[in-house]
Amino acid sequence: MSRWVLPALLLAALIGAWQLAASTGALADVLGLEPFLVPSPAEIASALWENRSLLAENAWVTLREIVLGFGCAVVVGLGFAVVLHLSETLRRAFYPLLVVSQTIPILALAPILIVWLGFGIGPKLAVVGLICFFPITVNTLDGLRSVNREATKMMRTLDASRSQILRRLEMPTALPYFFSGAKIALVIAPIAALFGEWVAAEAGLGGLGVLIREDGARLETARMFASVAVLSAMAIALFGLLALAERRVVTWR
Amino acid sequence: MRQDTNMPTEAVQFGAADASPSRVDPPGAAVSIRGLYHAYGDLNTIERLDLEVPPHGVLGLVGPSGCGKSTLLELLSGLQEPARGEIAVAGDSTAQGRLAHCAYMPQRDLLLPWLTAIDNAALALRNRGLGRAEARRRAGVLFQRFGLAGFERSRPAELSGGMRQRVAFLRTLLAGKPVLALDEPFASLDAITRAEMQDWLAAALRSDPRTVVLVSHDVEEALYLSDRVAVLSARPAKVVTELSAPEPRAASRDEAVTDPEFVAVRERAMTALHEGAR
Repeated sequence: MSRWVLPALLLAALIGAWQLAASTGALADVLGLEPFLVPSPAEIASALWENRSLLAENAWVTLREIVLGFGCAVVVGLGFAVVLHLSETLRRAFYPLLVVSQTIPILALAPILIVWLGFGIGPKLAVVGLICFFPITVNTLDGLRSVNREATKMMRTLDASRSQILRRLEMPTALPYFFSGAKIALVIAPIAALFGEWVAAEAGLGGLGVLIREDGARLETARMFASVAVLSAMAIALFGLLALAERRVVTWR
Repeated sequence: MRQDTNMPTEAVQFGAADASPSRVDPPGAAVSIRGLYHAYGDLNTIERLDLEVPPHGVLGLVGPSGCGKSTLLELLSGLQEPARGEIAVAGDSTAQGRLAHCAYMPQRDLLLPWLTAIDNAALALRNRGLGRAEARRRAGVLFQRFGLAGFERSRPAELSGGMRQRVAFLRTLLAGKPVLALDEPFASLDAITRAEMQDWLAAALRSDPRTVVLVSHDVEEALYLSDRVAVLSARPAKVVTELSAPEPRAASRDEAVTDPEFVAVRERAMTALHEGAR
């Protein structure tokens, strides 16, 4: 716990300095802006409190996109990795493409997905899912393939069938790899969800992405910061849950 | 892969202390190798090899490193097929048959870090479809007998090198196969632990006789643990000479290595090793 003391002090100091600089108008002067465009942390906190139900409703929309998109990517990615692992031919066909396709800026596909899938949750799930899919699949596959050949031989002489080798040796070996892939995926998932919302603006509840964009047009900077704070807290919480799950499952590291 | 239903289940049970000769020993030689050739591509690794091990015999294999000893064990356990010649375990020369009758203990312990010691040892039982509780019960009997009591629930990372090697050996034993192929089982241990483990293995084989093919780079270890030792040449491996270990077997390693007869045989083995390395 003590390793969190210094970062917490630093964060408090930064917020304090910001408060001082913003409330005296010094920060706005430096930035050359009207003071009402530069909210202080206290103003952001009160915006957060006053708009709590609006923020919560939008946060729920965004959270659902992140969690469902990520969940789909986990299920499909794991399944795909196992299939590619078991079939030499499929792996040789798909693996190079998978690795290369990671360089495709999937966010750029978002407008196309919206043309195809409309303005509902569909295109957002697709963007989040696609972006999460690659790191999960490639990492899990690398994990499955990282199994020591000697260990496989040993399992064979211990009468293990192919599926038992997969279940008792290869899958546990791949678990830490899967978690590193999932962590990469979960870091970019909120960005993907936000971008999906920006592109697919719809009336009514559009999630935090839409709220931030609209507040930008209204110059509601305090509430924009409040949205960012909510989104960050959500991302940190999700990552924390994943890290916790990893520690509960991968107990041998 | 798991059609070894002809294997009596008592073989994995080790019932009461020493009264376990309920295993059905195969007639004739347990291991028979005739005119064996093996190659990786153009690289000949084994050339015209003939070896035989009677049931419950322990054959030591020594030779220069890289001479194909490990390959021989993999051939023996049915993990590879020879280029020519015959290699049979319990009279069965098919790869499936060898796999069913020979358990292989690799050089490194290769314990699975996510399983407890007892679940590692019981892997073969689980693979054969035994429930977890029953597999643990059967493995637990051996933990008691082989000085591992109290470490059943430990993870491999919590065990010392010697302990890990014991668990790996029990895992091989619990596969319940008549022939054990041991590939330098103690190579990774420090000198003291290694001497202890050699005594431990000798005792284990006295109480649970098996047919063993033991690869070692240590002539002393091979002579102490084996009935006979075959000295192999540099690649491609062939037998330079076969030596019998002094009888009767010494009660401990320290006693064995100071015995003049043992020393004489060791010298002959060393000479043969140098000859074959050329």
